[in-house]
Amino acid sequence: MSDGDLTCEELVELVTKYLEGGLTDAERERFEEHVAVCAGCSAYLDQIRTTIALAGRVTADDLMEETKAELLAAFRDWKRE
Amino acid sequence: MGTYRLLVDPTAATYAPPPGQAEIVEALRLGDERVFAALVDEYGPAMLRVARMYVSSRAVAEEVVQEAWLGVIGGIGRFEGRASLKTWIFRIVSNIAKTRGEREGRSIPFSSISGGDGDGGEPAVEPDRFLGAGHRSAGHWTSAPSRWSELPEERLVAGETLGIVEGAIAALPEVQRTVITLRDVEGWSSDEVRNALDLSETNQRVILHRARAKVRRALETYLDGERT
Repeated sequence: MSDGDLTCEELVELVTKYLEGGLTDAERERFEEHVAVCAGCSAYLDQIRTTIALAGRVTADDLMEETKAELLAAFRDWKRE
Repeated sequence: MGTYRLLVDPTAATYAPPPGQAEIVEALRLGDERVFAALVDEYGPAMLRVARMYVSSRAVAEEVVQEAWLGVIGGIGRFEGRASLKTWIFRIVSNIAKTRGEREGRSIPFSSISGGDGDGGEPAVEPDRFLGAGHRSAGHWTSAPSRWSELPEERLVAGETLGIVEGAIAALPEVQRTVITLRDVEGWSSDEVRNALDLSETNQRVILHRARAKVRRALETYLDGERT
């Protein structure tokens, strides 16, 4: 990053660092100042937030019922010992 | 990266187990089946995903997770609560998965990461979406992305849209897929992911960045493509 203004192309690469709270105070200020006046980057940030929210609605692949039943049986056996 | 490095020192005086953990551990020791089943439901998908990074197939990953739970059952009596139960469980599953993967002759995906599965410095957004060098506003959007939060809610959360997200996540390289699954699908904190996968703060973030960027692209193709 140069000392000057952040370009949109540079900003999109900082979005995760921004959302993770990894930017310095000065970097965060510059990031937020850009987003405040740039419709494109503001929309991009909105898209990333939507992407995260939608990923949160996806259900991850779960264990097979058979495996779960076997585990529960193993737990019962262990309890009896 | 071979040795396990706890990023939050569990022996530090400030470490306190998460609320409710002591009760869960006690219930497991007493043989409470409901508590055990709930834990298997809660952590099963994430354990499967972590195991899948190291072993060759879904079936082997399932075996690894099963073995890990047997390890949890057998070891709960000795669990000292110096790390969180979650950290302890995921350390067990990743150790078993690594051993199994080595036996299968698979290389550990992390050995080559400089941020994610060998896709180098691929940008988050296609370079042609920005004005090129020489232009007065070089590096600015050629045309602004659309604002998805203004789309009707029912369109965003429609099964088809979620299917696009799911498909895009499934198409990611293993490490990226695991990080985004733990962070955004399962809702883990970055510290939890770093502990479970033994990643530095920077690596975790770079991998997550690439993963989210690819899922966003897939969504953009789908959501914006249809409108035109």
